Parts: sequence; C-alpha cells; structure tokens
Amino acid sequence: MIAVFHTTPSWYLALAAFLFAIGAAGVMVRRNPLIMFMCVELMLNAVNLTFVALSRRLGDIGGQTVVFFVLVVAAAEVVVGLGIVVALLRRKPGATADDVAMLKG
Amino acid sequence: MVEVVVFIVAAAMVLVGAVGVVVRKHPVHCALSMVLTLFGIAVLFLAMDAQFLAAVQIIVYAGAIVVLFLFVIMLMGVDKAESLAIEPLKGQRPVAISLGVGTLVVLLASFFVHGGKVRGVQITGALAAGGAAQGGEQNVKALALSLFSDYVFAFEATSVLLVIAVLGTVILARRPPKQIDVEALS
Repeated sequence: MIAVFHTTPSWYLALAAFLFAIGAAGVMVRRNPLIMFMCVELMLNAVNLTFVALSRRLGDIGGQTVVFFVLVVAAAEVVVGLGIVVALLRRKPGATADDVAMLKG
Repeated sequence: MVEVVVFIVAAAMVLVGAVGVVVRKHPVHCALSMVLTLFGIAVLFLAMDAQFLAAVQIIVYAGAIVVLFLFVIMLMGVDKAESLAIEPLKGQRPVAISLGVGTLVVLLASFFVHGGKVRGVQITGALAAGGAAQGGEQNVKALALSLFSDYVFAFEATSVLLVIAVLGTVILARRPPKQIDVEALS
C-alpha cells in the first residue's frame, strides 16, 4: 500500500508519455499552423517533465539545467516560427498547412 | 497522501488542457487550453522540488509564449473557428490517431519494459536519497552552480541564439520594401 500513497517517477514518466502522444497526434491531425505549433510546445513540455522526473530520480541537477536550456530554445523557436506564420498568413490569409505547397515541384 | 492528490489534480489539468489544444475548434480556446497544461506542468515541477523551473515555466511559457500566440491570433485575424468536419486528406485522422497511440505505446515500453531499467540504470522506483537539491533555496543554488560552471559556454551560446532569433524574426516578418521585378533582373 505504500506505493499507492507516494508518487514515484514512474507516474511522471507515464504522464509525460501521454502528453507527448497527444501532442504528436495533434501535430498530425490539425491543419492550422498556429495550433500545430502549440502541439509542438506540448511535446516540448512532455520532454521537460521527463527530464525533471529523471533528475529527481537520479539525484542529478543536470536534468534541470537541460530543461532551462530547452525553455530558452523553445522561446527562440516560437519567435522564429511565429515570424514565419505571420509572413505566411500575410501572403495567404487563412492559410492552412495544405496551402503551404510553394516548394512543390 | 497530499502529494498523490496534487499529482492527480495536476495530471488532470495537463491532460485536459492537452486534449483541449487538439480538439478545440477556435484558436483562442486552444491557446487557453495550453495555459491550463502549462500551469499543470508548473505544479508538477513544484511537486518534484524544481522550484526555479516552476517559476520560469510560468514566466516564460504562460507569460511570454502564450501571449505571443494570442498576439498572432488576434493580429492576423485567424481567430475564426476551423471546421474540423472537413478532412482534405482521406483517412488522415485515423492514421494520425493510431500513430499517436503507437507513439504512446513505444514511449511507455521504453520506460517500463525490463522493469524500468535503461542501460543498467533503474529509472523507475524510489527517489534518490537526498541527491538532487531539495528545498527552494538549495534548488536555485544547485541549478546556478551547475549552470555557471559546467554549462557556462552553453549558457553564453543561448544569448547568441536569442539575438539571432530576434534578428531572424524581424527580417522574416518585415514587409518587403518593394516588389522586385524578377523579369527585369534576368
């Protein structure tokens, strides 16, 4: 019964797996580029959760440092990505992922 | 007992928010669902004694990134509901969902097969005894020590990365000064 009343890293890892799977399915299902971006953020958060859980499990602060860097890179990624989305939506208002076929031969 | 309740509530926030992002039609609702998820993650960070990251999570994600998303949604006028009923690519949705379930199965298997052992290290089970710094002050101190000693070059590199990202965005989102006539150039 002890295991029932204490959270273990396994719980967090399982939750992170669920979150990552939902994000991955979202990227594949949705066609609005903004919402696809949000789903990518969900996947990044799942990875952060895994890092912190394992950092706690293994007693190594390095995992939390990596999460800090992931946050910074995620911020940079969102800035550049939203710049691209703004440029895209300015060319074609209401564009979805289907409309981005300009590189198609 | 308390930590189990906290975990269950926060996990419910995370999952409800994540499903909301995927299934809500209106982009603003998706952004707000994402805020729910991000706050749930921050609560879980707190429960795992990562106080600094919980604060950064709320400031950076809920404070900056979601606001940026909302800005783009409002400014570009994409705040109209997307019809989820039409499916331009036949059979995309079932395939996507089954791939998502497959991802879940692979992830869970990688965590929990072999009794949670990955390369000889037991990743599930009890917490390390007093390994990671616990308590708010110790957590911040340990993180700072790690960040400014082992990872100091990476830390400096992130500043360069942020400058490049800002410059790139300015160039990407700027209106072209005037249309260049490609015919005249060739």
